[in-house]
Amino acid sequence: MQRIRLRYTKRGRLRFTSHRDFQRAFERALRRAEVPMAYSAGFTPHPKVSYANAAPTGTGSEAEYLEIQLAERRDPDKLRELLDESLPAGLDVIESVEARTSGLADRLQASVWQLRLDGVTPEAAAHAVEAFLAAEEVLVERRTKNGMRTFDARAAVAHLEAAGCQGDRPDGAACAILRLVVRHVTPAVRPDDVLSGLRATADLAPPVPAAVTRLAQGLLDEETGAVTDPLAPDRDAATAAPPTAAGQSAAKAPGGASPAAGDGTA
Amino acid sequence: MSESVFPQLEALLPHVQKPIQYVGGELNSTVKPWESCDVRWALMYPDAYEVGLPNQGVMILYEVLNEQEGVLAERTYSVWPDLEALMREHEVPQFTVDAHRPVGAFDVLGVSFSTELGYTNLLTALDLAGIPFESKDRTDEHPLILAGGHAAFNPEPIADFLDCAVVGDGEQAVLEITEIIRAWKNEGRPGGRDELLFRLAKTGSVYVPKFYDVEYLADGRISRVVPNRSGVPWRVSKHTVMDLDEWPYPKQPLVPLAETVHERMSVEIFRGCTRGCRFCQAGMITRPVRERSITGIGEMVDKGLKATGFEEVGLLSLSSADHTEIGDIAKGLADRYEEDKIGLSLPSTRVDAFNIDLANELTRNGRRSGLTFAPEGGSERIRKVINKMVSEEDLIRTVSTAYGNGWRQVKLYFMCGLPTETDEDVLQIGDMAVKVIAEGRKVSGQNDIRCTVSIGGFVPKPHTPFQWAPQLSAEETDARLEKLRDKIRGDKKYGRSIGFRYHDGKPGIVEGLLSRGDRRVGAVIRAVYEDGGRFDGWREHFSYDRWMRAAEKTLPEFGVDVAWYTTREREYEEVLPWDHLDSGLDKDWLWEDWQDALDETEVEDCRWTPCFDCGVCPQMDTQIQIGPTGKKLLPLTVVK
Repeated sequence: MQRIRLRYTKRGRLRFTSHRDFQRAFERALRRAEVPMAYSAGFTPHPKVSYANAAPTGTGSEAEYLEIQLAERRDPDKLRELLDESLPAGLDVIESVEARTSGLADRLQASVWQLRLDGVTPEAAAHAVEAFLAAEEVLVERRTKNGMRTFDARAAVAHLEAAGCQGDRPDGAACAILRLVVRHVTPAVRPDDVLSGLRATADLAPPVPAAVTRLAQGLLDEETGAVTDPLAPDRDAATAAPPTAAGQSAAKAPGGASPAAGDGTA
Repeated sequence: MSESVFPQLEALLPHVQKPIQYVGGELNSTVKPWESCDVRWALMYPDAYEVGLPNQGVMILYEVLNEQEGVLAERTYSVWPDLEALMREHEVPQFTVDAHRPVGAFDVLGVSFSTELGYTNLLTALDLAGIPFESKDRTDEHPLILAGGHAAFNPEPIADFLDCAVVGDGEQAVLEITEIIRAWKNEGRPGGRDELLFRLAKTGSVYVPKFYDVEYLADGRISRVVPNRSGVPWRVSKHTVMDLDEWPYPKQPLVPLAETVHERMSVEIFRGCTRGCRFCQAGMITRPVRERSITGIGEMVDKGLKATGFEEVGLLSLSSADHTEIGDIAKGLADRYEEDKIGLSLPSTRVDAFNIDLANELTRNGRRSGLTFAPEGGSERIRKVINKMVSEEDLIRTVSTAYGNGWRQVKLYFMCGLPTETDEDVLQIGDMAVKVIAEGRKVSGQNDIRCTVSIGGFVPKPHTPFQWAPQLSAEETDARLEKLRDKIRGDKKYGRSIGFRYHDGKPGIVEGLLSRGDRRVGAVIRAVYEDGGRFDGWREHFSYDRWMRAAEKTLPEFGVDVAWYTTREREYEEVLPWDHLDSGLDKDWLWEDWQDALDETEVEDCRWTPCFDCGVCPQMDTQIQIGPTGKKLLPLTVVK
């Protein structure tokens, strides 16, 4: 049994794809690309795919991760190409490595987000960021399945800074970019919640919806606020060990039969 | 005019439910450069994306048109009220999901009506597109509004809103219309819109309502429908595609990102049905039977699965087990796709055509969920009236085999409100369900046997023998179904094993008004729309009271009312609103069949007995086209 970890994107208009929509599209792409998937046992066998930590509907992403289990070995790079061709443009598969370590999900500790705020000056954004960071706690509300829920949006934020948009905008309109690093905690703090927090602490109210993109996920260096590539350990292991042996050792890992959402390990 | 409205739309999408349905980009969708084409179609399915996207009719025409050089087709669907409100506020017009162009910029807006309940959604789309509601108010700047689909066999209730309508199969028709539009545009649009419509009308197969005047009698009935200019034919003929193997569409079915009602690779295995069920409009208007060959089906399934990645194949038709080679088709496909875990489904199966070998093949690679049959009528007598020649013995024998082979659940469909029906006919539905359960318990030796009874109200449809029949009122329908419910619930021994699902009679009355309505009903539709009516096929949006209010406001000036259109029985002499639309069926034959229904006389299927002169083949110059071909499906070589 070979396990492959993939990094994929949600770009442009396809950022409106919900996670459920993506799952269906991905499983069909697996069929079109004739990937020799391993199937779960049982009455209605499902291909073994583990999704980790999907970005909310409507936000773009450059760094989504999943893991698949194959019944036959395949070259990760060729598989990436095939799957990328098979998915609509915008849902692009951009990295592929054979899993040689456990705990991909455990390595997704934090996300780097970029929020483009059209109609907001960099000065106003910087001011709001300062107020937000100065607060000990920023209570925000979000509607969940169980009604309105109030929680702190401040503690999960590891890093937040404001800048101007790159390039001169022809219409001279104001535009600010926020760079945000959020720890993955429960309940999850999303970019939207941080925007609510900026509104609560500094009355920052962008006139149009922010364009939000996840740039990276990975291990968080608490000192620098840097987020490191979660696939790096698999790549390092690949250079250290011959492929077949590593593939077999990975197959011994327990828990492979329950690809629950959010469980990136096998 | 044709610039993408996506930037404006994009700003609204974070605020609406399921935004993915508005962004397009489906696998196998096509966007052609606007300037490279001289005839441009917008194709609409007037319901939500999740219902409209899998529609085979729209998918076929989309592909047929886009394959043509110099022609483009894009799709548009009804937007939900949340987005509609935002589009009005921010002045975003009705758009296509392919390139997000405004619908008003196209040459034609072709709307496919599977049901009359999409009429209010047509008005919403026209309004959002900035197109005047009525044909008479449109100019050369506006697209032609063209209707197709089964409901177009009586387009009279929306006649004022349409420029033209096509009855019958659309594949060839859209290409003929394209050529007429192209020629007219290349000539510099001589005579404007009227001339274009006249050229279409002259073909005899495109209906242009405004070239016909409807005259009424003092009592409200129609006296006649006459062309109001020379060169326009008295009757408009339906289109019939003769060789389905020459039209293997869709070749590249659309695969949406959003969730839709049917997620499978559908292949139409034959078109038309001559079983002769008297309530069934589809069976009457799609004659004769034309089969796709077993090899043609095999090829479409193979290519379609490769193009889509679907995990289920649906073999579609009006009665799929009637294909002359259905056994070989099912076995061949099940063999081919055994490894790939691809399921097969046969959405319409008759009790008398069912056999267990077929059922076993269908469920070999997939789930064995439940079996569904449609006896339609509870008593032997009423089944003779509707010419659904399925005996109780047939049904019991079939379910007995099914339960004996491991099935645990059977679903039965019935109708309530059929002509000549009494309470007794409907109460016998309960007896039938009891017999099914009893047989199931006996054969399987188990008690966990289920039978679900699902009942819909009967709505008389144009171009059927029941077009003259009185519809049962909503109150009587409800009362009859309550008696049946009480009977089933009161059954101590079997009641708990019987599921009972039914719809109340009110939506059926609105459907009846629209089905057999004439041009005067257009005022009701418009009033409902103006009162906020949308998505009438959806229970949460449909309002009976709104329809009745609108009818009370608009119909009295014509001296008619809702009952006049629905529960009134028509006489032989009456001119029916759709008589000038020729489905090929001889009106006298329909009348005889109606009389046979009242006499409880059955009529055979002309595939297996001599022709009984329904009129279609001679009138339309068509013939029955069926196998068997004797060919088999070969396993595909899998390249690994």
